[in-house]
Amino acid sequence: MKLLTHNLLSSHVRGVGPRGFPLRLQATEVRINNVEFNPDFVARMIPKVEWEVLLEAADHLHLIEVPKGPIQGYEQDETFLRKMHHVLLEVEVLEGTLQCPESGRMFPISRGIPNMLLSSEETET
Amino acid sequence: MRSIAMDSNHQSNYKLSKTEKKFLRKQMKARHTLLRHEGIETVSCVTQILVVANGGLGNGVSRNQLLPVLEKFGQVDALLMPPNKPYSFVRYKTIAESKKAYVTLNGKEIVDDLGQKIVLYFNFVEKAQWKELGLQALPPGLMVIEEIISSEDEKMLLENVNWTEDTDNQNFQKSLKHRRVKHFGYEFHYENNNVDKDKPLPGGLPDICDSILEKWLKEGFIRYKPDQLTVNQYEPGHGIPAHIDTHSAFEDEIVSLSLGSEIVMDFKHPDGVTVPVMLPRRSLLVMTGESRYLWTHGITPRKFDTVQASKSYKSGIITSDVGDLTLNKRGIRTSFTFRKVRQTPCNCSYPLVCDSQTKEPPPSFPESNEEASQLEQEYVHRVYEEIAGHFSSTRHTPWPHIVEFLKALPSGSLVADIGCGNGKYLGINKELYMIGCDRSQNLVDICRERQFQAFVCDALAVPIRSGSCDACISIAVIHHFATAERRVAALQELVRLLRPGGKALVYVWAMEQEYKEKKSKYLRENRIGQGKKEEIRNDASMQELLVEQMPDLDNQDSASSAPCISDSQKGGCNSRKVTNSELPIHINRTSFHSQDLLVPWHLKGTPGKDKPTVPFDPVGSHDPSPVFHRYYHVFREGELEAACQTLSNVSILQSYYDQGNWCVILQKV
Repeated sequence: MKLLTHNLLSSHVRGVGPRGFPLRLQATEVRINNVEFNPDFVARMIPKVEWEVLLEAADHLHLIEVPKGPIQGYEQDETFLRKMHHVLLEVEVLEGTLQCPESGRMFPISRGIPNMLLSSEETET
Repeated sequence: MRSIAMDSNHQSNYKLSKTEKKFLRKQMKARHTLLRHEGIETVSCVTQILVVANGGLGNGVSRNQLLPVLEKFGQVDALLMPPNKPYSFVRYKTIAESKKAYVTLNGKEIVDDLGQKIVLYFNFVEKAQWKELGLQALPPGLMVIEEIISSEDEKMLLENVNWTEDTDNQNFQKSLKHRRVKHFGYEFHYENNNVDKDKPLPGGLPDICDSILEKWLKEGFIRYKPDQLTVNQYEPGHGIPAHIDTHSAFEDEIVSLSLGSEIVMDFKHPDGVTVPVMLPRRSLLVMTGESRYLWTHGITPRKFDTVQASKSYKSGIITSDVGDLTLNKRGIRTSFTFRKVRQTPCNCSYPLVCDSQTKEPPPSFPESNEEASQLEQEYVHRVYEEIAGHFSSTRHTPWPHIVEFLKALPSGSLVADIGCGNGKYLGINKELYMIGCDRSQNLVDICRERQFQAFVCDALAVPIRSGSCDACISIAVIHHFATAERRVAALQELVRLLRPGGKALVYVWAMEQEYKEKKSKYLRENRIGQGKKEEIRNDASMQELLVEQMPDLDNQDSASSAPCISDSQKGGCNSRKVTNSELPIHINRTSFHSQDLLVPWHLKGTPGKDKPTVPFDPVGSHDPSPVFHRYYHVFREGELEAACQTLSNVSILQSYYDQGNWCVILQKV
């Protein structure tokens, strides 16, 4: 699971309401995968990112050199975009957990796959 | 590894050439194999008996071939050829002769019945021994009547079957994986291994059969007059998987006439006993009682049968008298199998293999949300988990219109594929950030192996924050929800993920598989008629194109009329009319007759099923492949749009029909 994916995930436990978000990330195994750098692509991702969530996740993983937020003219700033490229697309959480901040429900991450299935009692439908 | 010196007791002590060394290595290997797999101990002193490794029926060497070669070196007392073993034993009159054969023939090539070169390796043994086959008798209730018809009648019957007729004839001819088949009286459906009792074929049985059947009745060979005929044609190398004819489909007595060539059929008792039975040309096989209800029968796909060598011997069991076995090259055999369609449930004494007597009722149409959820759990989620690997192997080619949709999205779009299966759309457009999810852990595993972002979740509770996606796709997913409310809820969940202006593409399977007078790919690939099979097989990419719901074609007939124990336990395959709410079982590649139904999936059997005869391959080891049923609600024209119109915050941009699927593109407002 990349941190950009984590940035999109929420949970749906009954009674929590629409925002079981952000999911608290705990990682026991992290891998850095090299991904081809595409500055335009990364620049387009920047406005979609929930920064606080990203910073908290990066903090949990003890990542360094994570930009604190979008900077002026980031579209042209290669240093900034490379850092964002790394944190959003190259860091992969292989083993760990995601925890719903409202219900406390833990979701396992195994071999890079979050399992977000809920039992029928937990679903809100 | 033992040293070469130890194995070369019979060689003089000079320096060995490279070829000699290689040969000794091979000979040693043969000795190891014989000891390890067969418990045959070779000895280093000269004896009268030699074990001939590679000179066995199991690797295509026949008695007629081997005996003359051996007789060149002296008088052969006995040549023992155990069935299906890659070796034989030869006993010479004297030690001098056996030694001469050993020295001259060891490492020599002979050509087997298929024209392949085989190198023989000889070793001395104290006694000829092998793992004995158990004492055998014909399965109870089985009879083989030789010469039941004349050569003239045989000729007439064979000429009466026209394999080259046009494909739209009434007699439902099909080219199955290992044989050609034609039905009369009633069509036999391989999807549920049954006949449609309300739909007899026009024309009934061929007139030519009538006088023959009357004669058999009069002479007491058969008790009932059959009303269904299946004609199978087996070329050398063809076969039919082991099966029991569905109990509820046919009466007790099943008879099969062998024409054109003889063949060995293997009968197998559930406890593992296998009895190979020779069916001579122009003989009638009669199966009743235990042999019909409890034993499976099948024909191993191979080019040679192991048969009795003695001329006097004709039908019945192939015994384990290894002094009298040889190989028999198969010819083209045509069988006429006559059965009587059963009108009442079966009440045989073998309830464990009887589909009429299984307890669990088949699934019925859900009455509540809870029942729907249970139905999906059992007939969608569990099935995908079981078939994931095979399912994925049949899903390579993305559908063109979906690719088009994904390629047209602006670069940098965030896209979610809800129900992504093996992830075949996740890598279509590198300019998108795509995440996939599926209910099946096994399918998501496959996505991860392909380095895609994927997670496990339910499409009714997608763990993605609202309004975060620029686009979503839902391909062949919504039709697995068992009530209208659940289908709408799944669509609403899709819309929730979209940002305002974001688009969702939805594909569901259509009830209408024929649209604007054009048959869908799904129907067109119904393999009726010969020759067509090859064409489709050779075009694997076309085969799966737009046919998301189907297993691969090769697989369609693989279950044949399987015993289906697993099936009937699930309440699956056989009974088709009990209550109104029972879900019908669809016959693959035919039109839909119901909107809510179960679609069979034949799980591909174990690999190596079709291998030619190889050493150590047991006879008749074919187990029928398991069949799974997936629940579908197929959509009628307009139904998907109507469901979308009930959603809030969304407009329908486009709706269309694409190869048997109804499709919409939605936009969040």
